[in-house]
Amino acid sequence: MGEVVVITSGKGGVGKTTTTANIGTALALEEKKVVLLDADIGLRNLDVVMGLENRIVYDLVDVVEGTCRLKQALIRDKRFKGLFLLPAAQTRDKNAVTPAQMQKLCEDLREQFDFILIDSPAGIEQGFKNAIAGADRAVVVTAPEVSAVRDADRIIGLLASNELLNPQLIVNRLRMDMVKRGDMMNIEDTIDILGIDLLGVVPDDEKIIVSSNRGEPVVMESSSLAGQAYRNIAKRLMGEEVPLIDMENEDTFIGRLRKFFSGRNKKKE
Amino acid sequence: MLDFFKFFSKEDNKSKDVAKERLKLVLIHDRANVSPKFLEMVKGDIIKVISNYMEIDESSFTIKLSRIEQGDDNYSSALVANIPIKRMKNIGKNNG
Repeated sequence: MGEVVVITSGKGGVGKTTTTANIGTALALEEKKVVLLDADIGLRNLDVVMGLENRIVYDLVDVVEGTCRLKQALIRDKRFKGLFLLPAAQTRDKNAVTPAQMQKLCEDLREQFDFILIDSPAGIEQGFKNAIAGADRAVVVTAPEVSAVRDADRIIGLLASNELLNPQLIVNRLRMDMVKRGDMMNIEDTIDILGIDLLGVVPDDEKIIVSSNRGEPVVMESSSLAGQAYRNIAKRLMGEEVPLIDMENEDTFIGRLRKFFSGRNKKKE
Repeated sequence: MLDFFKFFSKEDNKSKDVAKERLKLVLIHDRANVSPKFLEMVKGDIIKVISNYMEIDESSFTIKLSRIEQGDDNYSSALVANIPIKRMKNIGKNNG
């Protein structure tokens, strides 16, 4: 029986889709059977981030309405064994499905997969309600800035009132240079304010944009710090204990120099 | 007095500290407003406790969250309740 995890944030643009794509890919690399479910009906993007946009025939709404069988709508990612995408419909809106239908869909997917990752739409309306309806647990993505943290707090409250009581936090787009200057809230600040458990921290990384340009998840890049962070998050989702990456020495010129001289293959603890 | 505040504000000058303080304040209000029942529940409990000591006018009892300026752009949150008293109970006598 698989586990249904919804990835949500409240505010748009903090990296839900990138997070979903990368955690899912990382889980598949760990030999889990994974389906990425794009619940952002009308504004689908998980397909382009994953580079699977040309392979869509049927979508989530087709499955729910019985236009096709579930199996027909699942797109197999040929690059990663065990990874599938169930795309959102692009020409419909959030009201095309109901929470009850989403629950049923999640139950069906649970039979076939180890992890069902749901990419939630931004906002707190119908699309959000649909996205969380069938979930066992929730991951809240935020960026260390006031608007994203405020919205994350609201989402945590709404999750609680829908019986998703212990969401875990991903702090995305952390910039160590700004943290050091005191111009960006650090991990402790963010956790202190939101009061939930930390699942992981993802540094701001240009490679994220480069890889979504290409439709290749950044976890495929072994040299990317963000990729490493996502691989760690996937392991933590599986229940492994993985320490946070030491970003102190990574994101500065000195840090890069130090890294260069100490050899690139040094294992990060 | 102004220098006293300046001294502290210098310490807190980092923009991330400003962000954190502002967020903490705004979230007090956000959280209280998530459930419309929140303040009603607080009100109910206050009535319960206060009624042990005095008779109050429940119909004119008001309660709200508000921001209080503590000088120099310094704000804090406060729970402001207005509880009209009808009559004090004579509890002091027994304890005296």
